[in-house]
Amino acid sequence: MRGWIGALALLCAGSPAVAQEPARCAVPEYLVLAEQPLPRVAAAAQARQLNIAVIGSGSTLLSGSDGASAAYPARLEAALGRRLPSLAVKVTPFAKGRQTAQDMVKGFPQIMADLKPDLVVWQTGTVDAIRGVEPDQFRIVLERGIRIVQRARADVILMNMQYSPRTDMLIALGPYAVTMRVVAQQMGVPLFDRLSLMRRWSEDGQFDLYAAHRDTGLAKRVHDCLGKAVAAMIASSGAFQGVTPLAPRVQ
Amino acid sequence: MATPAIPRERDLRLDLFRGIALWLIFLNHIPSNFVAWVTSRNYGFSDATEIFIFISGYTAAFVYGRAMSERGPLVASARILRRAWQIYVAHIFLFTIYLAEISYVASSFENPLYTEEMNVLDFLKEPDVTIVQALLLKFKPVNMDVLPLYIVLLILFPPVLWLLLRRPALALAASVSLYILTWEFGWNIPSYPSGHWYFNPFAWQLLFVFGAWCALGGAERLAPALRWRGVTVAAAVYLIFALLITLSWHVPGGSRFVPGWLEDHLYPIDKTNLDVLRFAHFLALAALTVKFVPQDWAGLKHPALRPAILCGQHSLEIFCLGVFLAFAAHFALVEFSGGAGMQIFVSAVGILVMIAAAMLLSWYKKSEGRRPVSPSKPPDADLAGGEA
Repeated sequence: MRGWIGALALLCAGSPAVAQEPARCAVPEYLVLAEQPLPRVAAAAQARQLNIAVIGSGSTLLSGSDGASAAYPARLEAALGRRLPSLAVKVTPFAKGRQTAQDMVKGFPQIMADLKPDLVVWQTGTVDAIRGVEPDQFRIVLERGIRIVQRARADVILMNMQYSPRTDMLIALGPYAVTMRVVAQQMGVPLFDRLSLMRRWSEDGQFDLYAAHRDTGLAKRVHDCLGKAVAAMIASSGAFQGVTPLAPRVQ
Repeated sequence: MATPAIPRERDLRLDLFRGIALWLIFLNHIPSNFVAWVTSRNYGFSDATEIFIFISGYTAAFVYGRAMSERGPLVASARILRRAWQIYVAHIFLFTIYLAEISYVASSFENPLYTEEMNVLDFLKEPDVTIVQALLLKFKPVNMDVLPLYIVLLILFPPVLWLLLRRPALALAASVSLYILTWEFGWNIPSYPSGHWYFNPFAWQLLFVFGAWCALGGAERLAPALRWRGVTVAAAVYLIFALLITLSWHVPGGSRFVPGWLEDHLYPIDKTNLDVLRFAHFLALAALTVKFVPQDWAGLKHPALRPAILCGQHSLEIFCLGVFLAFAAHFALVEFSGGAGMQIFVSAVGILVMIAAAMLLSWYKKSEGRRPVSPSKPPDADLAGGEA
């Protein structure tokens, strides 16, 4: 039976389990298009100094001694640096495992006061989905968090969950992903749809996200592409227009 | 007061649409299955759950209403509660399969990309608490929310049915009032480890009771209204509106075409509490279905619809099988290949297995000398109780 299904699997072209991973990051433009402007980022880019806070939970972190430099916040800083050599870009991660949106929002005023970021990339949803937090409460917390950041004169990009095919039978991401999309839409902030982007990578065979084994190389490559994709989203808002020659596309 | 006429013939349309709903629920339960794009939830506000709960209410009233008027409230209530117990046992059986799958995932999964997602397995560290909470229906894993809802609805059904047989309008009014009060005061049943029931029984009872009300003569009372052209047009307009809104979620950049004031009115569309938009969407679908698929439609006898009808006639067994098959399909996608070809393959095999099982169950019933559906004979309440 197993051999038979295996043979069938081989027949399925582009199947993620058998595909090779290319080195480049293919990011479909429509998935990282910021439909809303990022005025604070644009102003900061004019002033040649861009200060970004990435607030998130465990999926913003990578384990290991070089985890911090390989995780997507550091990769975002590197990608923006390559795009805009004339700009001083600083990305500061505030990530801790097992934090719900509510846990994170408690720290928002402090972060906004200390760091005074121009942009907050807020990654959330996974822990709330695992804990089964009331979707209504999740929505209210999202709105409150976004308002705190906006009142502190910073732009927001919401980032939703990772696509995790091995656990998606176990975690009901659906209602939380919908809530994040709706809140982003209503409050006029871009949503970095990590879920759809990673699903696309899996479907195209760019990354084997079904892999169960301990493979730090894969995790690092995914985070590198995520960093580049967030950079592409920020650029797509038009905030860097007239600042520096833009790189034509995501590399 | 005279008891309302309970139709003597089983309406094949109910079996047909419940069978189709069971297939759609199965397809929706396989995560990241692109075949699920054919399912109704992508084209409107309501999904297969509404169809399933409404028809379950309808058949429950059809079967136990007859028992109650012929054998009395005590016998009918005992049968309803026995049914609730059967569903409880089925739910616990599915939970055991779920535990097996996730214990397997826990033992083999160490991809550092997903350290955070692995926290979902934390509850395995406290199996004593988890299993007791599952037995209390407070811990309900993903995709296992429908049966607990069904159990609660059935446990509360005897007095509702009693009232429906005597004062149907009053029973329906009570159901609507409970629905409104639930929205007003946020009533729900707590879940473990946090949150509330994904399908709030106090809200979803509206569909179940409405289905039961329709079975006990309500459908006939609504029939003149459904023949009225204005209702058909309104239903069609609403379905098209819902289709456009739903498409705006799935088409990249589609949200730009939905004006902000409309979004403020529409969202969030609350599945937990059976949003009015979802209920209205189901009503519109039902109105058009009743209009364009009459009960005596010859197509219902066509062999091509036979598989869906058979599945609908054994809904509990086929529903449980569908939940199990969704686990198995997910396992196959994760272990062997997640490609599009494999998704089509597991979806098709799953539905074929459901049909084969339904045929086997019908064969069992026939071989026991009872026919599951006999248009000429009145349905056997005890037997049909197996399908309520």
